[in-house]
Amino acid sequence: MQFDSWQAFWQMGGYAFYVWTSFGVTFLAMGLIVYSSASTHKKLLKDVAQESARQQRIAAAKQANQQAPKHNVTGEEV
Amino acid sequence: MWKWLHPYAKPERAYQLCSTLQPWFLWPALLCILVGSVWGLAFAPQDYQQGDSFRIIYIHVPSAILSMSTYVAMAVAALVGIVWQWRTAFMAMIAMAPVGAVITFVALFTGAAWGKPMWGTWWVWDARLTSELILLFLYLGVMALYGSFEDKQQAGKAAGVMAMVGVVNIPIIHYSVEWWNTLHQGATISKFDKPSIAPEMLWPLLVALLGFALFIAAVTVMRMKNEIIRREYHRPWVKEMVQQAQENNHAV
Repeated sequence: MQFDSWQAFWQMGGYAFYVWTSFGVTFLAMGLIVYSSASTHKKLLKDVAQESARQQRIAAAKQANQQAPKHNVTGEEV
Repeated sequence: MWKWLHPYAKPERAYQLCSTLQPWFLWPALLCILVGSVWGLAFAPQDYQQGDSFRIIYIHVPSAILSMSTYVAMAVAALVGIVWQWRTAFMAMIAMAPVGAVITFVALFTGAAWGKPMWGTWWVWDARLTSELILLFLYLGVMALYGSFEDKQQAGKAAGVMAMVGVVNIPIIHYSVEWWNTLHQGATISKFDKPSIAPEMLWPLLVALLGFALFIAAVTVMRMKNEIIRREYHRPWVKEMVQQAQENNHAV
């Protein structure tokens, strides 16, 4: 270790503000883009699952409709 | 080699490749960045002129070098997309743009935070700094242009042309410190003869450089996967893949 104490390490020879701001902002920016990419991925997977579930429901409803007896407006079978 | 490479033009195969590569890029990237930062911050010797402020080098130089490399990689992807009409190449291009922009921002920001104590100013309009700022605008321009087209194949072509034209800026950035008088110091490690930096300072820098490169690769494959899903939204293989992922989740 180049520094005599933890205190000296945090002070960075008087350049603490510049050094720690640089590292902080860098890691923050990198963390943010990873987070945004990962959360977009989750959302996309969820959307795809929802969409395919919806299409399955539509297909099921169509089939049920075809099998069920057809009624006219007054409710009589045709 | 081309026969081997060709199947990856198919989005499905490209997606699988990205999924396989992602952990191999991400975890070593974080490890290298951690090791490089701790090594550089605590164990590398002080600079005899700049004291401890020079430790910003361990993020500034990797991000600056890689902001240019990423741009070249993006332009190559654009070229492949335009010449061979690969849809996946445009997806790779647009996956690289945001992470490239972030890395360019990091290079500019850490440069400013290093310039303030050393030069006495956050910013000067000199050649190196201005051309790097233009690089940031090129990344943002490629993203904006891609986003403004409804038809993504058209979007890829338009943004691809912009990405390729912007390559002209890369040698300008690199040689700006030689062509013009500037506050920015000359190249330290990217010289063909001996690098003008002590080995105890150089090693953590190389580790950090590797870490940043892997980090960019990791984010690129993550975003590439997202772009593939977006473009292949209604394809059966996407649905199957999502279903399988859900079943695996429930099993765990």
